[in-house]
Amino acid sequence: MADTPKGILTSPIFANNPIALQILGICSALAVTSNLGTAVVMGVAVSLVTAFSSMFISMIRAHIPNSIRIIVQMTIIASLVIVVDQLLKAYAYETSKQLSVFVGLIITNCIVMGRAEAYAMKNGPAMSFIDGIGNGLGYTVVLLFVGFIRELFGSGSLFGIQLLEKVNDGGWYLPNGMMLLPPSAFFIIAGFIWLIRTYQPAQNEEAEFKICPNTQAKEAV
Amino acid sequence: MSSSNDSIKKTLTVALLLCIVCSVIVSGAAVALKSQQAANKDLDRKTNILAAAGLLEPGKDVDELFSQIQARVIDLNTGEYTDAVNAESYDQLKAAKDPAMSKALSNSEDIAGIKRREQFATVYLVENAGKLERIILPVRGYGLWSTLHGFLALEADANTVIGLGFYQHAETPGLGGEVDNPKWKALWPGKKVFAEGSMNPELHVIKGAVDPAASGAEYKVDGLSGATLTSRGVSNLVQYWVGSEGFGPYLSKIRKEGV
Repeated sequence: MADTPKGILTSPIFANNPIALQILGICSALAVTSNLGTAVVMGVAVSLVTAFSSMFISMIRAHIPNSIRIIVQMTIIASLVIVVDQLLKAYAYETSKQLSVFVGLIITNCIVMGRAEAYAMKNGPAMSFIDGIGNGLGYTVVLLFVGFIRELFGSGSLFGIQLLEKVNDGGWYLPNGMMLLPPSAFFIIAGFIWLIRTYQPAQNEEAEFKICPNTQAKEAV
Repeated sequence: MSSSNDSIKKTLTVALLLCIVCSVIVSGAAVALKSQQAANKDLDRKTNILAAAGLLEPGKDVDELFSQIQARVIDLNTGEYTDAVNAESYDQLKAAKDPAMSKALSNSEDIAGIKRREQFATVYLVENAGKLERIILPVRGYGLWSTLHGFLALEADANTVIGLGFYQHAETPGLGGEVDNPKWKALWPGKKVFAEGSMNPELHVIKGAVDPAASGAEYKVDGLSGATLTSRGVSNLVQYWVGSEGFGPYLSKIRKEGV
């Protein structure tokens, strides 16, 4: 992985995607992707929180006592999330109602904490900021991919604009109700991981064990 | 990381400073944005009330449309108007949780699944030249997954439905979530709440489609297919809130003597 700012920014999008490769932050990816609008807002919110929390943590990293470093990180992340939540309530009320508790749950999003601990504690503020944005983008890409499929097939619309006329409204399209329920996101994320790993086979992990051929004596037929 | 960072003094200092800085940022954001948030909440509530009453017109200013609506507080036990609490600032949902302002419901009373019922309720009235035109009642009740919060709008006869709309629920999208479908909501206007000469709530949601030619069709609404429990919940909450435990006493007064 390149250590240039550009490499840090772009590598988490496909090569080192936090959801697809590191399998972090799945929980909110299931919950907020039933339509594209909330997925975009959630992606932006997570990107901003990750970038700024990484930056602030990196700024004071030389002064963080090792014994309380996780709590220090959590405090900074939590404060930023509350600020984002307040901003959404003030300027994007409708979206904040749809996202409801999930904005607050950014605090527990493993990506934010993971980047703080793995990158910001060891690198400078500017690079940490870029790293945060990059990982946020990686998260957003997956959210958009999942949101696109779920909203198109679940509601027949994109960003709330009706594209496929639903049977309930006199059209021809029978919506796939499962797409609107959280389990469908599991399948779609798995499909996304499959796509990425087909395109970049280097991401495939070594099998942890081999299945040996059956050596037991067979019964005579 | 140097070992001096891990001394007790340094640890306490960092923790303290961090807490102070973070709390200033958080409280600063909360205070600075409070008025904007309150305005949003208010706008949202007004929009929902207008939508239930069928008064919402796209492109028009919500505050201006809302000026024709008057909020009054009533005592649910007696059905009388009361000035015990201020209609502007009264928070009905908060009062429902306050033991001093509400009463616990027994299982047989609690058909809507709300557990506690507040003593005072806000009703919204639309008057035209001193004559009552529409009554908008806040209603709520349990569906399948969640409590549905909404408004039921009635005409001045306190019997004919103008509309029913929910502004908050978490029912299954595509099944119970279809309570938001405009096509289903369009089934409500014109239905009657009470049978002729009676104060027992008659209006309910049935399973399947209503035959408009059959007798009693004006008391029945089509169920949502695939959402039996949500339909039952809606049916129960309407029956509860127009019944004797809800706005029944108030509605019967209106039917007898007008406002």
